[in-house]
Amino acid sequence: MEKQENIIELKHISRTFSDGFKAVSDFNLEVKRGEFVTFLGPSGCGKTTTLRMIAGFDMPTEGDILLNGRDISKLPPNERPINTVFQRYALFPHMNVYENIAFGLKLKKMPKDEIKKKVKKVLELVDLEGFEKRSVPTLSGGQQQRVAIARALVNEPEILLLDEPLGALDLKMRKEMQIELKAMHDELGITFIYVTHDQEEALTMSDKIVVMSEGKIQQIGTPEDIYNEPQNAFVADFIGDSNIFNGIMTGNMTARFAGGQFTCVDDVTEGTQITAVLRPEDIELTAPENGQIRGKVISVIFKGIHYEITVQSGRYEVVIQSTKSAEVGSEVGMRVEPDGIHIMIAEDHTNVFPVDMNRNHRLEFNEQELDVSLTQLIKGSRRNENHELLDENGEVIDPEKIHIIAAIEPQDIRMTDDVDDEQVLIEGTISNLIYKGDHYSYVINTDVGQDFIVDDEYLWNMGDQVGLILPLDKMRFTVKK
Amino acid sequence: MRFSRKTLGIPYAVFLLLFVVAPLLVLFYYAFTNGQGVFTLKNLTDFFTDPNTLGTLAYSFAVSLATTVLCLLIAYPVAYILATSKLKAKSVIIMIFILPMWINFSLRVTALKEILTIIEGNLAFYPFLNSVLGMTYDFLPFMILPIYNSIVKLDISLNEAARDLGANGRMAFLRVTLPLSLPGIISGVSMVFLPAMTNYVVLDMLYNSTYIMGSLIGSYFNAYNWHGGSMIALVLLGIICVFSLITNGKEDEEAKTGGALL
Repeated sequence: MEKQENIIELKHISRTFSDGFKAVSDFNLEVKRGEFVTFLGPSGCGKTTTLRMIAGFDMPTEGDILLNGRDISKLPPNERPINTVFQRYALFPHMNVYENIAFGLKLKKMPKDEIKKKVKKVLELVDLEGFEKRSVPTLSGGQQQRVAIARALVNEPEILLLDEPLGALDLKMRKEMQIELKAMHDELGITFIYVTHDQEEALTMSDKIVVMSEGKIQQIGTPEDIYNEPQNAFVADFIGDSNIFNGIMTGNMTARFAGGQFTCVDDVTEGTQITAVLRPEDIELTAPENGQIRGKVISVIFKGIHYEITVQSGRYEVVIQSTKSAEVGSEVGMRVEPDGIHIMIAEDHTNVFPVDMNRNHRLEFNEQELDVSLTQLIKGSRRNENHELLDENGEVIDPEKIHIIAAIEPQDIRMTDDVDDEQVLIEGTISNLIYKGDHYSYVINTDVGQDFIVDDEYLWNMGDQVGLILPLDKMRFTVKK
Repeated sequence: MRFSRKTLGIPYAVFLLLFVVAPLLVLFYYAFTNGQGVFTLKNLTDFFTDPNTLGTLAYSFAVSLATTVLCLLIAYPVAYILATSKLKAKSVIIMIFILPMWINFSLRVTALKEILTIIEGNLAFYPFLNSVLGMTYDFLPFMILPIYNSIVKLDISLNEAARDLGANGRMAFLRVTLPLSLPGIISGVSMVFLPAMTNYVVLDMLYNSTYIMGSLIGSYFNAYNWHGGSMIALVLLGIICVFSLITNGKEDEEAKTGGALL
């Protein structure tokens, strides 16, 4: 067979758990032979589930996994030429280092002296010469890590999967292992697929980064692409520090946000709603009259190689990294070169969700009746003496046959921590928040499975239980038959 | 008033002296004396020359061994399924196996007797089988629990690692799960094998006419041969000591390599 350039392809992979939770949805990825690919995202974003599907511990509910062009998604893990380095190493405690590493080779019925040679060689590779007879519990965390890597590599897999392998190590050890892993990858030429939530680790080691959030791919690209040209606010916020503002295009390559007028390099149609991302190191402090925007320094923190300066500009907060310090309370101007501004077309954050018509022929959401006139909403309808709703032909409308969609803007929803408040329509938990300069954008997971995006100027915490108040006059309803 | 650790230990020491050390000394005294209170080794030589005693010892061993093997064969799969399944009803199933322990022992054996009578007609026809069944029923929970405990503590990723390295389901079980659950098996075996040698109450209640070591001691004492009975008890004690020493050594070794202990 002709050697294919893509060693592994994931096509429309989805994984829904038995409780209905969608861990991964429509995941598409191509990995080239010898590439170092990293899945990056916060915990619960589906990165480990994806890795487990490649390893064979989990089966996709939809989609195919092609290895060298052949579908392997139904193969058990022992029949895949793929090995894994586990998060907590998963070394066999009843075997010594030699037996652990030789485990896979013995199963292949390889001759003893050949196994010996291979184990010796791989122990040299991970810098553990002479550790054959040591028992696993006597090893340090870093040494166990190396044994786990050796145990996987000795089988000469086509792909090596690493599930947050450095998570349990201390900072210094982690940095060392990052460099060593990268060197091993370059030396062996094996394809590495690496899972981490540490953006720095991902940026340092990878050829290609897959940023994930809530089971979906947010962006695929080289570390430079991901850092310099984030595709959306999530990526910008997750990778590195950023200032994120909502704004509008005011002309070709000019935009208005954070109370200032900026020239940028992205050509977006005038009037488009945008999200602008400014990296803290791209903002330059100048005299007040020289900046595109100005403000007052509210804090300065020394960070070793730079100062982190926070400036209040009108109702916006801007974070700046500079090698020069500034005085708290002083007036400053802020300048950004056009190529330091990353413009993204704003996603439409309008919350759209279905509402039901109940047996009383009233509008209902989350088992609460909404005081909305249905006769106005449904054209030509009227109520009969039993308060039933009749359509234009005078027939009783079947609630099952009518679908009503409600829409509300993020800034029109109010949050309250008093979940027993009568106005509260639905409760939920804050699962995500992004600071947008003058307000926070929250994602609220609710019990009915609907996520709401809410803009609020006050800071709430991740995981807070909140009640959502959706004013009826701000809601728009559309009827679908 | 202040108590030192030593003063707090006094009640236990008194208890130990009265109910463990003193009876043991009495046991030694009777085992090595004859009816006139004169020192003798005759009881010991009698034990090892009397075909009846040796036969009973062999029979007890056979019953114990069969009981232990049967318990293990039933308990391991049950414990394995309980420990690895994601069933929501898991705790209910565990309760089903533990619940009999809360019911009075004689009631349980009587129930078993009635069932066996229905099936076999006359219990006297199958004394060995009935002994083993009765004991298995009685001791099964003691085998399930330690094995369940050792399997449930195993890291699931160890099994995944074995699969990942090329082992099929059977090999992963034989090379990883089984050896790592050995401490549980050893605990279970020592909790079943030794009591099964002496628990003659089960046999009596099943109208069983065969003798195991426990019944033999009882019969000696009933015949006022305290000397012979004490010697049998002493020999059994020796066997138990040797057995525990062996299994304890094994368990320590397992503990060192990270095995789960009960």
